Amino acid sequence: MATRQTQLLARSLLTPAVGLLFIWMIVPLALTIYFSTLHYSLLDPGSESFVGLENFRYFLTDPAFLASLQNTLVLVGSVLALTILLGVPLALLMDQPVIGRNFVRLMVIAPFFVMPTVSALVWKNLLMHPVSGLFAWLASLFGLTPIDWFNDVPLLAVILIVTWQWLPFATLILLTALQSLDEEQKEAAEMDGASAVSTFIYITLPHLARPITVVILIETIFLLTVFAEIFVTTGGGPGLQTTNIAFLIYSQALIQFDVGSASAGGLVAVVIANIVAFFLVRIVGRNLEA
Amino acid sequence: MGQITLQGVQKSFGPVHIIKGADLEIADGSFVVFVGPSGCGKTTLLRLIAGLEDVSGGKILIDGKNVVDTPPAKRGLSMVFQSYALYPHMSVRGNIGFGLKMAGLPKDEINRKVEAAAATLNLTPYLDRKPRELSGGQRQRVAIGRAIVREPKAFLFDEPLSNLDAALRVQMRIEVTRLQKQLGTTAIYVTHDQVEAMTMADKIVVLNGGKIEQYGSPLELYERPANLFVAGFIGSPRMNFVTGEPALQKGAATIGVRPEHLKIERDGGGGWQGTIAVAEHLGSDTFLYVDAGALGMLTARYIGELSLHAGDRVSLMPDPARIHRFDESGNALRG
Repeated sequence: MATRQTQLLARSLLTPAVGLLFIWMIVPLALTIYFSTLHYSLLDPGSESFVGLENFRYFLTDPAFLASLQNTLVLVGSVLALTILLGVPLALLMDQPVIGRNFVRLMVIAPFFVMPTVSALVWKNLLMHPVSGLFAWLASLFGLTPIDWFNDVPLLAVILIVTWQWLPFATLILLTALQSLDEEQKEAAEMDGASAVSTFIYITLPHLARPITVVILIETIFLLTVFAEIFVTTGGGPGLQTTNIAFLIYSQALIQFDVGSASAGGLVAVVIANIVAFFLVRIVGRNLEA
Repeated sequence: MGQITLQGVQKSFGPVHIIKGADLEIADGSFVVFVGPSGCGKTTLLRLIAGLEDVSGGKILIDGKNVVDTPPAKRGLSMVFQSYALYPHMSVRGNIGFGLKMAGLPKDEINRKVEAAAATLNLTPYLDRKPRELSGGQRQRVAIGRAIVREPKAFLFDEPLSNLDAALRVQMRIEVTRLQKQLGTTAIYVTHDQVEAMTMADKIVVLNGGKIEQYGSPLELYERPANLFVAGFIGSPRMNFVTGEPALQKGAATIGVRPEHLKIERDGGGGWQGTIAVAEHLGSDTFLYVDAGALGMLTARYIGELSLHAGDRVSLMPDPARIHRFDESGNALRG
């Protein structure tokens, strides 16, 4: 099929798109690298000067860095665990033939279409508000003291919000995978005397290994950069309790107006994302092989 | 033991009646083939026996015990699926041993039985491979291994060879038949291919539109088809049917003659005159498709090579002892 002419044609047609994407990527990256070597404060424009790796030293030795790194990993890990652990049973339920199945599916998918800022506001003001929130009202119904989510357990509150947003994605991917499970395989297991639980453990779960891997990899990419939910609800606080790397970089750049160290932080975040990706691919990536 | 009896078995999906009352006696150790065109209910009937579908009426007896309310695993049957339905993430060993593992057998006993089954099917070198690393025929054998390892009362085969190429199908057909004879286990085999039915079966059940048209040995069906449907379905190429004057002379609405029972003579002989439309020369056989005017297209078979070609005029003489007669409703007339 691919003769020399068609290959040449394909390449020349692809070149503009690839070239544009490359410029799109390389210009910000080059600028970020350039800024990261400057003393560059927005409060003191015109005073930019080359400082070498000073910004990196400053960013990495900042006590906020380790705290935010830990918060990032806890946030990513918890949301991954929750979306998978809740997504699998949800997908199993939605795979059952029930009345109004299409409507149920639509409703379950809905949170994914809500903007992060909007959903964070809804959770902050309508659900988790310690005075007027739904959870506070529920707690008072049972005579309990309402939880002040964003002061007492701020990271957990953020985790719950992000989980609510990403659960539909996990459920949807797992549901489509379940629907592709060969009906005859389940029947074969039934003939082999496998109970519902054994069928789940030996047939369904191995079948889901690959979609679970996909969910983990894709969610990780987005969860490493969670920002809007934190910005809207806790502003990274109290203290540093909900500051993740993305929010820390934001605060360096636009609260402390230190573009240089924010750029350095951005590059550190790129390295961290690559380290996480490396381990993820090592751990779960083999599920993706043919 | 594996004697299976169906008594008035019915199945409907909503208002659609798939099986309209099936009665059948399957003797222990026999190889029974369900054959019929697609949508005739043969697979549904097999799934009813397996327990993968619930009957809408009637009884299914296995060794005299009604099993309609027994779950599939407790019926003591094992099934080979059309898609093989191997568990893709398990090795061949895991696949074959899965049923035993679910039954809670000790590990060494499972291993012993799996290895014995694998040896029977020449699968020993592949025990630790995954299904995707096997060829079609090997996967087929794994599926059969999974069935035999549980020492069931009967095997159920659901068109198991339809995914194989022609040469392999012939080979597996022989292997399955030989294995069944060797084990002496009852087998029910579903196929739409009448050649498979004729070659493998001790007894054939011909199904059409959810009804059993005829139940008998392959040669019984070939020599004494009960009606037009069976006559047309069994035998290849299919039987020629002639209506009108020649049929009335025999006191029937329709008469049928198999292609191999038409004597072919060059033009001028007695019998039915016609022009050859297509001649197929296979070396071992010659098939002639003859345009016989008012009688329609007739197929004639000659064993060996016959140098006749399209456009030649021939006369076809039916063997009088081998003419099948049918009444207006399509049932065979005897005597």
